[in-house]
Parts: sequence; C-alpha cells; structure tokens
Amino acid sequence: MMIFLPSPLRPYAGGQGAFELDADTIADALGQLTQIHRDLRSRLFQEDGQFSAFVNLYLNGEDVRRLPGKEATAVKSTDTLSILPTTDEAPQPLATGHESAH
Amino acid sequence: MTVLRLPAAVYQALRAHAEETYPAECCGALFGLPAAEGWQVHAAVRAANACAALAPNRYEIAPAELAGLARDARRRGLEIAGFYHSHPGRPAQWSATDLAEAHWIGCSYVILSVERGKAVTMQAFLLAGTLEEEKHFETQALLVEDFSIGPGASRV
Repeated sequence: MMIFLPSPLRPYAGGQGAFELDADTIADALGQLTQIHRDLRSRLFQEDGQFSAFVNLYLNGEDVRRLPGKEATAVKSTDTLSILPTTDEAPQPLATGHESAH
Repeated sequence: MTVLRLPAAVYQALRAHAEETYPAECCGALFGLPAAEGWQVHAAVRAANACAALAPNRYEIAPAELAGLARDARRRGLEIAGFYHSHPGRPAQWSATDLAEAHWIGCSYVILSVERGKAVTMQAFLLAGTLEEEKHFETQALLVEDFSIGPGASRV
C-alpha cells in the first residue's frame, strides 16, 4: 500500500512524502512507518497511545474513524493511506488505541 | 520574512470567492510548490465552509473534503501550500480561533477582509514553529505575479 504525508509531516519522515509498504492493516502500516521514522511517532500518537487529535487518517479518501474496523481495517496493496493535519480546533480522537504502533 | 507568491489569476479568484460568500466566510486550499523563502502557489481550490450554518465567523473544511483536496493536489503534482478564508466585516488579521484551528505547520494561511461585499485587504501568514504548543503565525510578504505587495496588508 501507499502512504502519503503532506509537507508538515515530512520533516519527521526523512523529507519523504510517499511510502510503499506491505501491510496487513492500517495499524500495521502505521507501526511500520513509525518504526522506520521514529520522529514521526510523536507527531502521530499521543503519550497514551491514542492517535493525535491534530491529524486524521484517510484510507482511499475515507475517514478511518468512520470505518467499522477503524485502524484494524485490512488493507490491500492497491490502497492508499493519507495522513493529514486537521483544519478545526477540536478534532475528535480515534476511539481505539494504538499500542502496537506507539 | 517568508514569501507567498500568488499568480494574479489566483489572487483574483480568492477575491471573487470572498465576495460571493459575503457575509459568510469562504474558505479553500492553495495548491503549490515550495519556493525560495516560502511557497509558489499555482492554484486555489474552493471548499465548502462546514461551519457556515452554525458559526458565521468561523470556517472549517470537512475532513472528507480535505482528503479530496490533498488527493487533487497530488494528482496535479502539487502540494497543499496553505489555506485561505475571509473575514467579513473584520480585518485581515488572524484571530485566536484561526491559530487554534491551524495545524498545517510550515504552510501559509491567507485571510481576506471583506467590507460591504468587497474584498479590501489580503494578508498571508506562515504557520511557524515545530510543535502544536509553540506554533505561531508570522506575517508573510505577498507577491502577486511580478509585483510585491508587502510586507503586511495589501489593498485589493
């Protein structure tokens, strides 16, 4: 699958904006990405393992918070995951934790 | 001081959008590429103001639309360089709410002041800093085509 990062997050990912990963789920992909780019971890996750309230995930354009499986959603090699900062003041954090990726 | 470079067509498009939505706030995204000391904007894309009905003095781009904008920019070989919105009846100065709602660090935020239906002032601000806790706006010089309007406000 492909993961895309916008300019605000690239300084924490070696300056790269696109990554191709072989992952089973969204959480797996995030875990792999933050394992490679550890500086990115603190940008994506809070200390308690929750996903940051200031960024949102989109799987093929769909808000991951609205997917039944949320980050446990299985992914295919053709899927794209975008990680984008929000544009509002009080974003809602994801309901599930991210222990595996934290 | 950093620079935001706008093609004249984009500059006029922002004005038109702000005037069309008056007295509500308009909003949208700026597509561009990094340039010396800032961003070179290539296009502006309108977005629906998800807050328009609830709070006339705020703007928000719905998450699904934001994802679509990012995808659109990528397909064009561009990036989201920043966002714009209008301040109907208020100065083209960022507010505490504007700062609280800004999370695209390193990107530009353009604000247009609209008075009696006419866009009168445009300013650009860079969201600077590295962490949410220390982010802040810095005034940018606004360059429209080959002439400079800045630093500070530009009369439109």
